[in-house]
Amino acid sequence: MGGLTPHSLNPTKGGYRQVMEEMGMTLASNLKRILKYFLVRIIIMAITLLIGVYVVILVANMGGAVDEIRKSEIREAVGRRLLGDENYRIMSSEERQKYAKMLEEIEFKRFGLDQPFLIRSFLYLKQALTLDLGNAERLTSDTGSRKVKLIILERLVPTLVLMMTSFLILFFSALTFALFLSRRYGSFFDKMIIALAPLSAAPAWFYGIFLILIFAAILKILPFGGMVRVPPPDNAFEYFLSLLRHLVLPVFSVLLSSIFISTYNWRTYFLIYSNEDYVEMAKAKGLSSAMIERRYILRPTMPAIVTSFALSLITQWMGSITLETVFNWPGLGRRIYEAISNFDSPVIVGANVIYAYLLATTVLVLDVIYAILDPRVRVEATGGVEQ
Amino acid sequence: MSSILRGLKEVKNYPSAMVGLAIIAFLVVLSIYTVITIPYSEAVKLWRGADQIWIENPRFARPVFFDWFTPKKLARTIIVDSRNNPNAKIVNQYGEDVEIIITLEFDFLYDEFPTEITLFMNKQIPGSDMYATFYWETPDGRRINLRRGSIKTRDSYEISQDTALRRRLGGKDAHIGLFSAGDDKKPLKGKYRLVIEAVSFDPEDDLDARLIVYGTIHGIAGTDHLRRDLKIALFWGAPIALIFGLLAAVGTTALTMLIAAIGVWYRGVVDGLIQRITEVRMILPTLVILIMVGMFYSRSIWVILGTVVVLGVFGSGIKVYRAMFLQVREMPYIEAAQAYGARGGRIVFKYMLPRIIPMLIPAFVTEVPAFVFLEATLAFLGISDPVVPTWGKILYDAQSKGALYMGHYYWVVIPSVLLIITGLGFSMLGFALDRIFNPRLRRM
Repeated sequence: MGGLTPHSLNPTKGGYRQVMEEMGMTLASNLKRILKYFLVRIIIMAITLLIGVYVVILVANMGGAVDEIRKSEIREAVGRRLLGDENYRIMSSEERQKYAKMLEEIEFKRFGLDQPFLIRSFLYLKQALTLDLGNAERLTSDTGSRKVKLIILERLVPTLVLMMTSFLILFFSALTFALFLSRRYGSFFDKMIIALAPLSAAPAWFYGIFLILIFAAILKILPFGGMVRVPPPDNAFEYFLSLLRHLVLPVFSVLLSSIFISTYNWRTYFLIYSNEDYVEMAKAKGLSSAMIERRYILRPTMPAIVTSFALSLITQWMGSITLETVFNWPGLGRRIYEAISNFDSPVIVGANVIYAYLLATTVLVLDVIYAILDPRVRVEATGGVEQ
Repeated sequence: MSSILRGLKEVKNYPSAMVGLAIIAFLVVLSIYTVITIPYSEAVKLWRGADQIWIENPRFARPVFFDWFTPKKLARTIIVDSRNNPNAKIVNQYGEDVEIIITLEFDFLYDEFPTEITLFMNKQIPGSDMYATFYWETPDGRRINLRRGSIKTRDSYEISQDTALRRRLGGKDAHIGLFSAGDDKKPLKGKYRLVIEAVSFDPEDDLDARLIVYGTIHGIAGTDHLRRDLKIALFWGAPIALIFGLLAAVGTTALTMLIAAIGVWYRGVVDGLIQRITEVRMILPTLVILIMVGMFYSRSIWVILGTVVVLGVFGSGIKVYRAMFLQVREMPYIEAAQAYGARGGRIVFKYMLPRIIPMLIPAFVTEVPAFVFLEATLAFLGISDPVVPTWGKILYDAQSKGALYMGHYYWVVIPSVLLIITGLGFSMLGFALDRIFNPRLRRM
């Protein structure tokens, strides 16, 4: 009996240890490679972000908008300081103007505003990257501050809540539908998705208007907008329930605008990959269809799907601005809308920067997922979502 | 070229493509009709609405076709002018004084209350004194005292805004109280009269009056909060959307393709640079940059269009075309071209680009809706050409006036439907073309 046992099932003590050590080594080297890859991606992304924000600054300052933002900031600070100045109070109005002008000039010099644009632009780049954009012209944060940084950052969490929920639901539901349809190629549902795919031409906010019309205005079962009911519930559980109720329509709008095209595209990928020879081979071997799907279809398709999802996410981030406006969602997008109506330039420049951060983070996160999914990355430690 | 023609002939085998083509044809016809019947300058002037050109229109009126779907008779606007009716005015001379009695009579046969009543008056001699008493006579014979007061040269009496009258009508709005028979559910049908008894101390003086009883439906598209006829923006939205969408799509697709071809052909630094620019472009928030450009520089539709094309050129499409050109570059006919001495520019324009053009057609048709909606999105956020009437602008007005909340659904639904029809038309055609020109998809 012992003579018939295959070697692999009955390793000697030394052999077993050897196998474990080898596995440990490959795991460690894999991890090292992924970490290295990750590090390289972070550095590349940081450089990309730097250039991106610099482009934003250049565009913003073509008409001197950023200069004006800094100058009015300094003028205001000088004005505040003069209010407490004893000498200033006894001056004549002409002297006052002269004095204020002089102080402003000194401050302009101190902050480097008299430098040539090239140097100034790098100064602005640093301030933009840290969102240190001074005071807003008209808007204030919910806590009453006029700091652009606060005005923008306080709205980050609601936006993240809305978009993350939408992205996760979108990804998993589209993936499930796509797998389901690739199994039923040519069926009624398959044809339906092909017919519905053109509906994705419209952005999420557009469907939002219709959903509000149907579910809030006519049926009156869901709220028109906002994030929680007014006044917000004290109880954490009730708060959560109210949040969910307000999430339904915006999330559903994102789904409507993306799910058909994503399902259609991904189903096509699945179909392309399920025609490969190794899938036929696996079928011939008699593997279960669940296993074939997981190992031979889903696995090689995932990188392509992640790439296509990354592109759709970038569109969705931009769409969130209008979506939040439609649903009165207290997020970044709504803030941008307020900034436009109030003609608040510092907030708009800040919004560009924060969205550049969000997009860069999105690409980076998907890069990491890509690295985990794509075995080639583990071997080469280069590449990324773009490739 | 022949392959393109063959592909285009195949379109008729795809029903969705035919529907798409029909929609596009409809939009083109609508655009041509609009441009001819309402010239651009006229449309801009009307949409700006200066000089009270819309004063005879009701606010928030629904389109007239609403009347067809309900058994009720919806109220239309009634205009009674003393100048059109010689029997409406009686002038009595008493020595130096003159008495003018104007009776404005109209039949009110609708099942709905009007939304507003306003009386416009024109007096002949400026500076003279004229006093008048206004009465309202209902079909059931009641006579309601409206107001007593002096009349200026060009005067208007907003009966619905008269707070004293409202108090006398028991807190009801005048356009309800004056038409109600007791319960405020339904207006009383029949002959109504507005009587003005004016006295002037100048024998030469004369008075004309025009009563407008604003209804709830107006025109084929309804009106907005500024009484503007939405027809103008709905009609003009079509050519604007088509021009913007087509130009932006052609511009970005063609330029993207050219840049991808150049990158692939010249390789090395050029290709690397294009790739890096694409990566930077990926994290640039397009919409926010467009908002910034619109806010800081110009809201002209051409500036926005130019920015859209510049931002779109280095979009994600470049990677797709790059992959295609990489295959093309290795083809034997390119090698042959090189062998007889063709230079880079010639190879890119004469040999590589034509090869990919069949791919360009579906790509560019599918891109059109994205740009049409981009323009609408910008307008919806308040960044739009101040003079051009567009669909997005209607939606912006509707959103900022809380149209859905107030129940003015037509205001939102009609421009939205036009937008989605436009989007669907192009994207249905584009999807079919993609299946025709993309052999890998044809099997799927």
